[in-house]
Amino acid sequence: MIKQDITQYKNVWVFIEHNEGKIERVSLELLSKGAELAKDLGCEVCAFTVGDKVEQFAKEVGEYGAKKFYIIENSALKEYRTEPWRDAIVYLIDKYKPEVALVGATTLGRDLAGTVATKLSTGLTADTTALDIDPSTKNLLMTRPTFGGNLMATIFCPDNRPQMSTVRPGVFKAVKNPTKPEIIKEKYDITEDKIVKKIIEKVQTGEEKVNLSFYEVIVAGGKGMGKKENLKLLEDLANVLGGTWAVSRKVVQAGWAPQSRQVGQTGQTVHPKIYIAAGISGAVQHVAGMKSSDIIIAINTDPEAPIFEVATYGIVGDCLQVLPKMTEMFKQKLVK
Amino acid sequence: MHSLVFIKQVPDAAQVRVDYETGTLIREGVPAIINPFDTHAIEAAVQIKDKFGGSVSVLCMGPPMADEALKKALAMGADNVFLLSDRVFAGSDTLATSYALWAGAQKVIQEVGPVDIFWAGKQAIDGDTAQTGPGIATRFDVPLVTYAVDIKEVDPQARKMKIVRLLEGGTETVEVPMPCLITTEETLNHIRFAPLPYLIKAARTPVVLLNSSNTTIDASQCGLKNSPTKVKKAFTPPKRERGEMIEGSLDEIVNTVYAKIEPMLKQLGKV
Repeated sequence: MIKQDITQYKNVWVFIEHNEGKIERVSLELLSKGAELAKDLGCEVCAFTVGDKVEQFAKEVGEYGAKKFYIIENSALKEYRTEPWRDAIVYLIDKYKPEVALVGATTLGRDLAGTVATKLSTGLTADTTALDIDPSTKNLLMTRPTFGGNLMATIFCPDNRPQMSTVRPGVFKAVKNPTKPEIIKEKYDITEDKIVKKIIEKVQTGEEKVNLSFYEVIVAGGKGMGKKENLKLLEDLANVLGGTWAVSRKVVQAGWAPQSRQVGQTGQTVHPKIYIAAGISGAVQHVAGMKSSDIIIAINTDPEAPIFEVATYGIVGDCLQVLPKMTEMFKQKLVK
Repeated sequence: MHSLVFIKQVPDAAQVRVDYETGTLIREGVPAIINPFDTHAIEAAVQIKDKFGGSVSVLCMGPPMADEALKKALAMGADNVFLLSDRVFAGSDTLATSYALWAGAQKVIQEVGPVDIFWAGKQAIDGDTAQTGPGIATRFDVPLVTYAVDIKEVDPQARKMKIVRLLEGGTETVEVPMPCLITTEETLNHIRFAPLPYLIKAARTPVVLLNSSNTTIDASQCGLKNSPTKVKKAFTPPKRERGEMIEGSLDEIVNTVYAKIEPMLKQLGKV
């Protein structure tokens, strides 16, 4: 392993993921967290990205506290492709040497971060759910779940920089903290004919992209909902409670609901104030994604279902009867 | 067409339980399996061989017992299997692992021939990092295609592939030249039942052992000591206590639940 002179590295960098001219929410969440880390380290939080026409994001990254905004603009970088984005980002990091680089643990972020870290010969911690600065060494401490959330590990990267991590969406809150960022625009030469990977077609699956972490009440259903049509019961109750609905992995696998509604290890991590789990058995992968909810109400016909081990309130019963009853009675109490 | 599939042997995560007394995982009696995502990578490689000819090599890094995983890969239709096993690899993080696998693959290429398609599962179910595939692709400097859900076209003459991959909220079709590295989703294919000839071949084909003495692996780039990331501590998340079971008639249950959550609903401004 090549040891680096880590003293040259400074500042906390947050990768701004964007798609169709819009910033991914997780990037703003990471700017807020990055600002806290920068305060502990006595440095600045900065945003960085590459793409076509990315300077337009300066206002929004400033609203969330970025002091500087490092960008590479090139029309060949318009659409995300691993290799040209990787090389452009490695160029920025090599030149400006941030000590921390954070990336959202999205499909794009996880594709990108592994290749960037390999190019830079530095460590990368995947899917982090907690970030802290070690007060004595000033190293970044990155905590992540493994074994389906059964074990947590705190990872650090003492001798290499930047300290890199992908971070789960919804773990940190995006808080406004307006600044006027200095824009640092780097020239980077790349032309379309040099890029071997071509995007032939993009298809939106018609599934609206739902950020479940926005909601304080989530009504989630599992295989116990019986059939696709019954998911309407989740939506009805969620509407009364002013929340949203979600599902378990088995429901997605059955084709009843899109993956964008899935809570759990391979879906989204949520921590609402109230989580209602209807007909969900409570596999470790699901529980890993929702167990930090304040109140968990579990409804299941099987009194032995593992979901009851994490529930604040347990109801042994048929969710197809309990949910409509809740909707009916809560409606009377809440709509006044 | 020569495919090289990178696989990992993992404990069946669904059967791993936590001992809350000691804060450790209970692994006794938990079967070791091929990482489920990797089985789809093997299947995809075998399907390409069935269609276009050629061979499938499989490389696994792990302890000596991981040869079982390679025997299973043979039964799925692989032709050459390699186990990369050496104490110098112990404790490798993803950067060091991708180095060791890259270096081990050099030996496979030397023995079997150049690779047209590299394959890996999208992630392992124990570590869940999804970093090894991208790391290996970077080291080989070949295009990376993650989260593959459909192999749309393979053109051996033009040496090009069209692959459908998942995005957030959609898919995209990309065209890449070969060689490339593809990481596979579970929905890419269905694992077939091993036909008898494969089972016979599995019993007859030896697992080739690779280690730091018969490859050009630089031991100073692997293992715990040479991994940039270190584990500071491992712990089990605090267990959530089993709460209160609400009983009674349906009306009573729903009324009780409402009474329980009313303070929270007030706090949220919903009442």
